[in-house]
Amino acid sequence: MTELNIDSERCNLCEKCLGVCPFAALKVEGGALQVTELCVLCGACVKKCPEDALGIAEVKKSVSRVDSGRWRGVWVVVERDPGRGAAAIEPVSCELAARARCLADELSTTLSAVVMGDALDDVTEELCRYSFDSIYRVESERLADFRSDIYASVLSELVMKKKPEILLCGATADGRAFFPRTAALLHTGLTADCTALAVDPARRILLQTRPAFGGNVMATIECPEHRPQMATVRPNVMPRPAPGPVRDVELIDFSPTSGALRSFVSVLETIEAEPGTAGLAEADVIVAGGRGVGGAEGFELLSELAGVLGGVVGASRAAVDSGWMPYARQIGQTGRVVQPGLYIACGISGAVQHLVGMRSADIVVAINTDPGAPIFEVADLGFVGDLKVIVPQFMRYLGDSARSMKKSTELEK
Amino acid sequence: MSYQIVVCIKQVPDTENLTSEAMKDDGTVNRSALPAIVNPEDLNALELALSVKDRWGADVTVITMGPPSAAEALRQMLYRGADDVVLVTDRKFAAADTLATSYTLSRAIKSLPAPDLVMCGRQAIDGDTAQIGPQLADKLNLPQITYAAEILELNDGHIKARREFDLGYEIVRSPLPALLTVPDSANSPRPPSAKRLLSYRHMRAPGENNRNKSAPRVKGDAIKEWAAADIGCEPERCGISGSPTKVKKIDSVQLVSKDHVRIEPTEEALSELMKTLMQEHTIE
Repeated sequence: MTELNIDSERCNLCEKCLGVCPFAALKVEGGALQVTELCVLCGACVKKCPEDALGIAEVKKSVSRVDSGRWRGVWVVVERDPGRGAAAIEPVSCELAARARCLADELSTTLSAVVMGDALDDVTEELCRYSFDSIYRVESERLADFRSDIYASVLSELVMKKKPEILLCGATADGRAFFPRTAALLHTGLTADCTALAVDPARRILLQTRPAFGGNVMATIECPEHRPQMATVRPNVMPRPAPGPVRDVELIDFSPTSGALRSFVSVLETIEAEPGTAGLAEADVIVAGGRGVGGAEGFELLSELAGVLGGVVGASRAAVDSGWMPYARQIGQTGRVVQPGLYIACGISGAVQHLVGMRSADIVVAINTDPGAPIFEVADLGFVGDLKVIVPQFMRYLGDSARSMKKSTELEK
Repeated sequence: MSYQIVVCIKQVPDTENLTSEAMKDDGTVNRSALPAIVNPEDLNALELALSVKDRWGADVTVITMGPPSAAEALRQMLYRGADDVVLVTDRKFAAADTLATSYTLSRAIKSLPAPDLVMCGRQAIDGDTAQIGPQLADKLNLPQITYAAEILELNDGHIKARREFDLGYEIVRSPLPALLTVPDSANSPRPPSAKRLLSYRHMRAPGENNRNKSAPRVKGDAIKEWAAADIGCEPERCGISGSPTKVKKIDSVQLVSKDHVRIEPTEEALSELMKTLMQEHTIE
């Protein structure tokens, strides 16, 4: 059994390790350093210890280690976005295509797309605008509705046949439902919700970085001895490429066995959400409210401002927990990650869990009564004051300028 | 008839309510200062199970994998209405990733009377992976209904449920047994009952007593405690040995302040701001 080994001869109880342990798994008790069950053997303390008193013995894995040399190629499982048309691809799949191209190049290997579903001609053509070397297409009426069990079994069949070394998918509702099941079927590791991906070309290892503990730490995860190396990636954290011209890409059709296409779950009805909600991830202007908004009525004011700016309304966890806004509007570690041009944070104090969701906005404007609120640290422009006073001022100004712009346009005519 | 339901829960540090005591001077989090709570969405899973019990009749068993101190989370579940609880604990389970955890939970569930429904919270707030539910479904070879916000029907060996996600919802039907993951939008968990609290508060897992010798030994029922050998876990498939993923590096997130300007909310300042934003084409 692998454990953290503490050399009590060397340990001088300096307690430096206690401070770096993200799991609070170390304690000094009875004049000795002790490790508790919370330890996940991350090794943070081993590196920190100035006395070399800590160590982790290498563990010998006996279960299904694979011969990683036989696995080659990077795959992106592409999701469709039928709400935007038959050819539409989920934006995160495009973001992944660009990032995965770099990873494949660093590994001197190929990049492939996998697309599953029914009536895939349009989307296949659209995929030829991105940087894939080949496209694996699995077309079946049985795949028309998304169902985790068959998507997982079909994908694992294809993976076992072709053996890609890296398998990526967007961390969408569907991706987060079927990718874990696929990893369990393939008996390999999966890292959820990555915000950065890199490779170590010498070892052909995917370095998967993700936030943990409510966004308070960033963990880099590896899957050294199992293949494929699997990760889901958060939408809106990687740059999105513009589609290029249609290129000639190798198309490989795959027919799964009938067993893989058998599902017990049937989809009886699908209802799309109210329009506008979906826009949060794509929005260029977001007006977001937190606890300081004070109630559902307060959000009406923010909606007005969003309306004037052509943007949408978002919310912090505090506002969603209070029932003022639906979960679909939540921005943060739990909730959505957004990347707008302008982010106006109203009455949001700025817990880490919220900041990880909006940090990549181009311009952040914060309005808060508390001058010590952490949101001001990430804001480009900060207003210390009551949003109920400042937001109407904003709108008055915007109204005036809209009117004067209209006037000047009329004069030009 | 009465349904057999297993609810899987996790004890987590309360990462969402960071108090100033939990923040270190360098801006990182002192995890030992965070209170241990039942993962919030696991309470929604229990509530969904209890609502099945109220409507159709069910026997609700709650299991958790964790250190002996996780028995406190199980007591919380007894206070809220669980019929039985099991603590799955062993040093061999330490440092398990989601694959090893779902394997261990599947072994524990196979040691219980065959369930009609297995329920998990959508995801845990310490990792946010949302992987245990789907992976456990695979290990138990069950159909999975992720983001199950409402059970519409339960009859003829089938379940009809509403799946809810940010772009809408879906009504699905599946044969039983099935595994559900439950989001926080599903319900409002009922509070602990005072009567149940009084009857269960002294219930201890054997491991808790061993570790804390000062605690009084309590007569009566103990919380069931299962180790790897009790549930037929192959040691190389659980804990760190059974975990394909490795934590390579952990960096504490430190908030780096941007260059920022604070503006007095006056008319002049506002017009200046709007002018700047328009010049930069942030606002059209």
